Amino acid sequence: MSISARTSMPRTVAVHTALILYTLIALFPVFVILINSMKSRKAIFREPLALPGPDTFDLVGFQTVLTQGNFPLYFGNSMIVTVVSLALVLVFGAMAAFALSEYRFRGNFLMGLYLAIGIMIPIRLGTVAILKLMAAAHLTNTLTSLILVYTAQGLPLAIFILSEFMRTVSDDLKNAGRIDGLSEYWIFFTLVLPLVRPAMATVAVFTMIPIWNDLWFPLILAPSESTKTVTLGAQTFIGQYVTNWNAVLASLSLAILPVLVLYMIFSRQLIRGITSGAVK
Amino acid sequence: MGSLTLSNVTKSFGKTEVIKGVDLEVQDGEFCVFVGPSGCGKSTLLRMIAGLEDVTSGDVMIDGKRVNLLPPSKREIAMVFQSYALYPHLNVRDNMGLAMKRAGASKAEVTQAVTNSAQMLSLETLLDRRPAELSGGQRQRVAIGRAIVRRPKLFLFDEPLSNLDAALRVATRIEIARLHYELGATMVYVTHDQVEAMTLADRIVVLNAGKVAQVGRPMELYNDPANTFVAGFIGSPQMNFLKAGALGLQGETVGIRPEHLVIGDSGEIDGTISHVEHLGGETNVYVKTGPHGLLTVRLFGEHDFDIDAGVKISPDPARRFHFDAEGQRMR
Ligand SMILES: Nc1ncnc2c1ncn2[C@@H]1O[C@H](COP(=O)(O)OP(=O)(O)OP(=O)(O)O)[C@@H](O)[C@H]1O
Ligand SMILES: [Mg+2]
Repeated sequence: MSISARTSMPRTVAVHTALILYTLIALFPVFVILINSMKSRKAIFREPLALPGPDTFDLVGFQTVLTQGNFPLYFGNSMIVTVVSLALVLVFGAMAAFALSEYRFRGNFLMGLYLAIGIMIPIRLGTVAILKLMAAAHLTNTLTSLILVYTAQGLPLAIFILSEFMRTVSDDLKNAGRIDGLSEYWIFFTLVLPLVRPAMATVAVFTMIPIWNDLWFPLILAPSESTKTVTLGAQTFIGQYVTNWNAVLASLSLAILPVLVLYMIFSRQLIRGITSGAVK
Repeated sequence: MGSLTLSNVTKSFGKTEVIKGVDLEVQDGEFCVFVGPSGCGKSTLLRMIAGLEDVTSGDVMIDGKRVNLLPPSKREIAMVFQSYALYPHLNVRDNMGLAMKRAGASKAEVTQAVTNSAQMLSLETLLDRRPAELSGGQRQRVAIGRAIVRRPKLFLFDEPLSNLDAALRVATRIEIARLHYELGATMVYVTHDQVEAMTLADRIVVLNAGKVAQVGRPMELYNDPANTFVAGFIGSPQMNFLKAGALGLQGETVGIRPEHLVIGDSGEIDGTISHVEHLGGETNVYVKTGPHGLLTVRLFGEHDFDIDAGVKISPDPARRFHFDAEGQRMR
């Protein structure tokens, strides 16, 4: 990147130093997990911060993870739960946001407030009620129960962010569509959604990561072998007396990959959204 | 084929009444312009005609048919917006053809109609471009093209030229006037630019705070304003308002246009020159007077005055307008 007329050299250096420092701090735990997952058990405890060398390099953790237990299944479960919940949050969140920002109806403001309160009250407070509900609906130990809970958990923030963004979409554009005989669905999907794509990507990232990382609801609602998620699966290596650190670190390292892929997809969208031409 | 009738139309947003009972008759083929200060409800009224806002009470009739409950796409209207409002993901051809396609026209019909309107506006070379690849003026021409493709009964324009620069504004204005002549269609046009209103309109509707202040042909409004609001709004520089009492005349206020004041050594009003504007073809002289405040005198050709020099002004008696205390014209 060239230094433009608007930014001075010292300023650029300062900004970059701060950013690089932050990146290092943020990536450090990930880095520690990654290097230790490739070391022998002794080496992990002797020198946690050392890079794997010829004597300490050991993939036993990965071997354990991939041979013992049902890790491919856990991965699949996590993937299904995350992707389906994400899709539902985005679709329903965007639709609700459109309705709240576009239509004047009685109770519009109260409805928006009610939905926004969900941001402040953690869904875990309702765990007991949720468990009873799922049991009554015969949904315990199914991925559906997780998907339903995560969709509910993700909607408030999605609606809040997206409705703010949708207010900025030009009224004239929507009205032009109405005069040309486009249905409200057509206007929503083809005119409004592409223009709020950066916001959608932001919401997607913020929704996806807590779902992927969650341990609470899988433990309570779907702990059976066939419905375990990756985070829950990794717990099998943590015992009360013995913990297989190699396997724990290896499974955590593997668990980073899918989120990383999803994140890259959305961040590309985000950047494309920002750089694709303006409305007018 | 495209008359428009508004009868006692009102609009309220919550408790605030924005349109306070408008009656209007627009003949088939007429070019009708809504003018008024910002916030007086021009756009709201236009959107009510289009069906984009509900009518709180009263009737909107297009072509003799009550359309209050019809959705915009069924009213056989087309609208051109200030912000162009082209579909960003479609090229010019598809932007123009979309409405007809949605209405169920065949591919050949759409192509034919798009080609025709593209020719009228010389857009042929732009048909495959996306809106992002067009200049502001081209975008607005495409938006106008999109409106004429379906041959609507009624064209609605909401300040279509406000985002263009001065030269383009004149060119596009002329284009719209020519289109009106060629299509013979009924057009309702919202603007706050007087020149657009005066040059384009068959009839001007002056709106003030949600009410019609006066309706008439441009020269009627200029030469025969019904109240101080219209008198002050139409004409630039603005009409001078003098205190009738100080001149010994009937009524409350006397209005006189800047070109109907004469500056000289003799006259009824004493004043001093405050500021002079030289525009080449004309000269505007601002004169400070005791009872009437700052008066504008418009002189044709070039004239020189010394700032702070004392002068005398006399109004042309035949060109005076008398208004009563409510601002209504006394005839
Ligand atoms: N959706 C709305 N809710 C509440 N008030 C509104 C709404 N739309 C418009 N108004 C109010 O109605 C009045 C008229 O607005 P409108 O847009 O018709 O003005 P306008 O004459 O077109 O002005 P301008 O020349 O600035 O475009 C304004 O006072 C505005 O605040
Ligand atoms: Mg307006």
